[in-house]
Amino acid sequence: MTLPQELEQKFSEIIGKYPPEYKKSALVPLLLYSQDALGKITPELVNEVARRVGVFPLQVEEVLTYYSMLHFPKPMGKYHVQICTNVSCQLTGGPELWELACKRLGLGHKEVSADGLISLEEVECIGACSWAPAIQINYDFHHFVTPEKLDELLDNLRQLQ
Amino acid sequence: MADLVKLTIDGIPVEAAPGSLLIEVARRIGKEIPAFCYYDGFSQVAACRMCLVEIEGIPKLMTACTQPVGEGMVVRTETPKLAEARKGTLEFLLTNHPLDCPVCDKGGECELQDMVFRYGASESRYVEIKHHHDEQQWSPVVYFDPARCILCYRCVRVCSEGMGVNALGVVQRGAYAEIAPNHTDHLECDECGACIDICPVGALTSDTYRYQTRPWEMNHVGTICTHCSNGCKTTLGVRNDQIIRGNNRDRSGINGEFLCVKGRYAFDFNESEERLTTPMIRKGGKLEPASWSDAVRFVAGKLKQLKEAGRQIGVVGSGRVTNEESYYLQKFARQVLGTNSIDHERSGDVVTLLDALAGRANALATVDDLYRAKAVLVIGSDLAHQHPLLHWQIRANWRHHAAHTYSVTAGPVREDQHTVAAIRAAEGAEMNALEQLRDKLSAESELAIVFGDSVKGEAVRQLVSFGDSLGIPVKYVCLVDYVNSRGAMDMGIIPELLPGYQSAAAAGLPVGLTLPQMLANEHLGALWVVNADPLRNTRLAAKEAFVIVQDLFLTATAQQADVLLPSASLYEKLGTVTNVCGEVQRLTKAAQTMGAKADLEIIGLIAKELGMASQMGPWITDKVFAEMQQVVAGYNVPLPVIATGGAAQTLPPAVKIGVETDPALIRSARDTQFTSGTLGSYSKKLDSLLESPGSLYQGENVLALATQ
Amino acid sequence: MLFNEPSPLETKVLTRRFGLPNSDTVDSFLANEGFAAFRKAVTMTPEAIIDEVKKSNLRGRGGAGFPTGMKWGFVPRNSPKPKYIVVNADESEPGTCKDRLLMQYDPLQLIEGMMISALAVGAKRGYIYIRGEYRYLIDIMDRAIADAYAKGWLGQNIQGTGFDFDVFTHTGAGAYECGEESALLESLEGKRGVPRIRPPFPAVAGLWRCPTVLNNVETFASVPSILLMGGEAWANLGSPRNGGTRLFCISGHVNKPGVYELPMGFNLMRMINEVAGGMKGGRHLKAVIPGGSSCPILKAEECDIAMDFDALKAVNSMLGSGGVVVMDETTDMVKVALRIMRFYQHESCGWCIPCREGTLWLKKILTRVEAGMGQRNDPALLHELANNMLGRTFCPLGDAAAMPTISIVEKFRDEFDDYIRRSPMASVAEAETEVPVGV
Ligand SMILES: Cc1cc2nc3c(=O)[nH]c(=O)nc-3n(C[C@H](O)[C@H](O)[C@H](O)COP(=O)(O)O)c2cc1C
Ligand code: SF4
Ligand code: FES
Repeated sequence: MTLPQELEQKFSEIIGKYPPEYKKSALVPLLLYSQDALGKITPELVNEVARRVGVFPLQVEEVLTYYSMLHFPKPMGKYHVQICTNVSCQLTGGPELWELACKRLGLGHKEVSADGLISLEEVECIGACSWAPAIQINYDFHHFVTPEKLDELLDNLRQLQ
Repeated sequence: MADLVKLTIDGIPVEAAPGSLLIEVARRIGKEIPAFCYYDGFSQVAACRMCLVEIEGIPKLMTACTQPVGEGMVVRTETPKLAEARKGTLEFLLTNHPLDCPVCDKGGECELQDMVFRYGASESRYVEIKHHHDEQQWSPVVYFDPARCILCYRCVRVCSEGMGVNALGVVQRGAYAEIAPNHTDHLECDECGACIDICPVGALTSDTYRYQTRPWEMNHVGTICTHCSNGCKTTLGVRNDQIIRGNNRDRSGINGEFLCVKGRYAFDFNESEERLTTPMIRKGGKLEPASWSDAVRFVAGKLKQLKEAGRQIGVVGSGRVTNEESYYLQKFARQVLGTNSIDHERSGDVVTLLDALAGRANALATVDDLYRAKAVLVIGSDLAHQHPLLHWQIRANWRHHAAHTYSVTAGPVREDQHTVAAIRAAEGAEMNALEQLRDKLSAESELAIVFGDSVKGEAVRQLVSFGDSLGIPVKYVCLVDYVNSRGAMDMGIIPELLPGYQSAAAAGLPVGLTLPQMLANEHLGALWVVNADPLRNTRLAAKEAFVIVQDLFLTATAQQADVLLPSASLYEKLGTVTNVCGEVQRLTKAAQTMGAKADLEIIGLIAKELGMASQMGPWITDKVFAEMQQVVAGYNVPLPVIATGGAAQTLPPAVKIGVETDPALIRSARDTQFTSGTLGSYSKKLDSLLESPGSLYQGENVLALATQ
Repeated sequence: MLFNEPSPLETKVLTRRFGLPNSDTVDSFLANEGFAAFRKAVTMTPEAIIDEVKKSNLRGRGGAGFPTGMKWGFVPRNSPKPKYIVVNADESEPGTCKDRLLMQYDPLQLIEGMMISALAVGAKRGYIYIRGEYRYLIDIMDRAIADAYAKGWLGQNIQGTGFDFDVFTHTGAGAYECGEESALLESLEGKRGVPRIRPPFPAVAGLWRCPTVLNNVETFASVPSILLMGGEAWANLGSPRNGGTRLFCISGHVNKPGVYELPMGFNLMRMINEVAGGMKGGRHLKAVIPGGSSCPILKAEECDIAMDFDALKAVNSMLGSGGVVVMDETTDMVKVALRIMRFYQHESCGWCIPCREGTLWLKKILTRVEAGMGQRNDPALLHELANNMLGRTFCPLGDAAAMPTISIVEKFRDEFDDYIRRSPMASVAEAETEVPVGV
């Protein structure tokens, strides 16, 4: 499998962080950065990553299905909206934001819009408790999110397309 | 050795080597600490939390499966608190278990059932919905029912650690974690079935045994697997003369619980509808059924007539019959028929090795030695595929004792996962390549050398001198093909040698024909083939020769028979066989096929018909064995050892054999796990697995171990 | 821009550089006492460094509060294997969001702490394991690392001292369990985040089975100031046996939620009322989770307490990771218990039976109760099942799931009963249990 130039570069950079005999360490980072770059993790990618770090594809799958940010086999949308409802956010309106997002987007937990643009996930604590309720869209944090702010964010996503 | 540690377990004072695990030490004194995930010989996982014990001075309950003994430790393994904890854990375990014991194969042998019985966690307070997953078929033999799985990871470990195959893994996490096969929805592996047997519950089941019976409805007969030369003990589950299951869960025998795909599944040839059950006599060019007495009378008459006419009679023995049968056959050939033309398909140069080692004690490795030797060298064989038990032993040796492994082979082999040095050398070129290892090998404290059929004749002598030159104790294994290939050699099923490696020439016997010579001899009067198929790809030159065949099946050779005598399989016989390491083991009769007779009995009946019964002696295995003990050098093995299911190794002859055999006659059939000469081809189960890997030197599972 | 206004009550030690411009550059760092502690450490013997850390009474900020100096002392000095420094920046304990700030506002302080630790144990290489969600922090750390290499503060022969040290970031990908130290190491080795059997502990056999110092971000970040101030002075900032300051993450129903650096032993009520601006809307305090969601909950009347490891242990709770979650009278404790259990169930790695099955069962019962289908015996069952997990799991996640449940059921039993009283299942259960024997 040939990878885009930039991802290929990222691969060498990541694998270079570990002693050659332990390049298996690169497994999770390789998968996550591939998912970011390619939008999804495919069986071909699994085989490719297995080959790069010298393990069996099953060993990649074991790891892949363990981590909740790695989505396989079903990919998430281009914009992945993650709403925290864990305890600090729960106390400050997280669940209400979740309801709102579900309604606004017509999506449920880990569902993707038909055009593949937006997906929604109710996530566990994202480390923003003191600035709750918090959400993440892809890797961007949004703090002290109000229903109005959420509306605005979701509107922006549609326009970004 | 370090001083023993003193501790008390349930008030009983015990001593144990430092570092021993509490669970093992407790077992030794009869305290069975419950455990699902603990399995001796494999890595610790401490996942099931059943083995918790109380240790004085430690407030937390500790897992006996990971806790090493400590001086003065006071341990309790059964207290109300522990019973409560175990009951609680069982209750958790049962929440998502389907509780389908009545239809589960494991019912009656299930460790979960036993545990629930013991701790009384039979009442369920769980009223929520269970999550359900459908059963999956992973291979023609392996089924997986995820709902029954308790995630003890035994299967994963036996596959990766024990077999080196790594075909099973764990996917997803938390309550949804599941065992998964290496190819998304199916397995590509050795199909050894070890995962099924090691499963404490009925999550992994085998196609051969599923829904067949209940364990208590079977007889459990311990005997020796009939397929390859490794000689694994197998416990056959038999109901109404039908073999339903093969395993070795009681770990008796040289193989412990190990069995390969053939041992575990390829017993179904025994009840193949193609089994011969009636003697046949060729009439008007066609084989017609006959009674045993007619057939035996016909054979005897013909043999007598040909002998009197001074015609050459060729006898072909095999590595698939017992020692007693081989011994009796050669005796009959040489003493009754007066022919020394007796041979079999030779698969390893045992003769040269024994000649080179004559007079030495401790020069032949046992199966157990391969588990204990500090270093092992494998030459010219892909053991994982050809000699699965030996591979298992060597791997276990590396795992448990960090043994050094070396391989000199024509292609990648599974030992490469852990070899100190792996050298690629074409067949026949191994001896030259060996020099590269000299320095490393001489630095070892001892060595076991296992070599295949590409090392033969002069090369065997070179190998032994090489071994001698290392200046360390060296033991050898000469690889041979079939369950009693070694025994056939020992019993003199070759024209050059009498039983026990006595020179036939020195005993005044005429020069006999070798197998290729018999087949090529246009003047041959008769060819008598006992459980072999020499005509599968050769034509018999003597077109008029009278052909007698004893076999289970209508093989290519059998099709050319003038008289066909149905013989019993090894699972239907008594007697002994000698494995690749020269270890003698005893068979137990497990089943019976109506119409077929043991080869020993067939030969006996022919002898009787010829009026030679008293000269031949009774065709009773124990009587023949007693005679062998007297006559066959090396076979004076203690009967009690083998009668109780043990293995006794024969020694090399005391003096040089002094007889040259032609190395060209030696050629292994190169069978793999998924093929096995004649018998395997009649196993439907093995046949269904042929798609799976198993060709030699593919190294399909060989990956850098750096990743472990 | 800072996340929240600082409070005048703060003792700014670790956070003193927060808000400075270009904080991820060596130049800015050097201009503000940066690497001064390292300069000092290179002149000290490894024993002296460890001694200073011991004197500081620094206790691990990741949750367990293990004395850091002692931990470093366990690293076998003469092991022939390479030694590693691993930073736990997995920060996933609900209620905790401090390591984020330490990396965002002062990445080089963390690196300096790692370097000092490396000097103390003889390590040459360090990894920072950062939870995957914190991608922007990985970028910040990478920038700071690159700058440090460029200016000769990482790599070979650092500043001519003869000390070599390499640092790399490593990303997680969503797994709370990977914050547990041995699971983190497994994860860092490219495996599933399943914990290891201990002993051996990481100090002896950690990353790639080599001796490893593994500490929380805040723990490492505390080290430079310890060396600068001297262990004893640093210890005196806090309470007895609980040295220094720590970053408390106050969240929930307060007017000024935020992360504040306060001395160890700071009173919880003062924290709520004076530092965090008091209860929102003037409502009454009902309960506080004092150190992240795995800590047993405190009722309002238990909250007049010094926030240090020992004081909280004395009331059967824990200081944990410093996540102070404040709840007012409107809080529905059944919902809180359910949400917490949903978290642990989701994050259980699945390795061991009591946690894997226990968290799922508890979640199902709580879900049912919250949905109005509770049975009379459910609170007792929850309590008993959680107790059946406690102390019996493979790693502390099982305990972390059990403890809050036990404490919430014990302290707010009436709220569960209220739910159940309204449940149609309650009467069913009652009828069943109350049929007199023999009728
Ligand atoms: C389930 C679980 C999750 C944990 N998560 C974290 C975490 O996210 N960050 C952290 O620093 N420590 C976490 N810990 C604690 C670590 O195991 C370890 O004790 C700590 O990183 C050691 O560093 P310290 O001594 O500096 O606290 C967790 C522990 C457990 C049992
Ligand atoms: S307690 Fe057991 S299942 Fe839970 S996270 Fe730890 S090891 Fe995994
Ligand atoms: S609880 Fe939502 S970010 Fe922590």
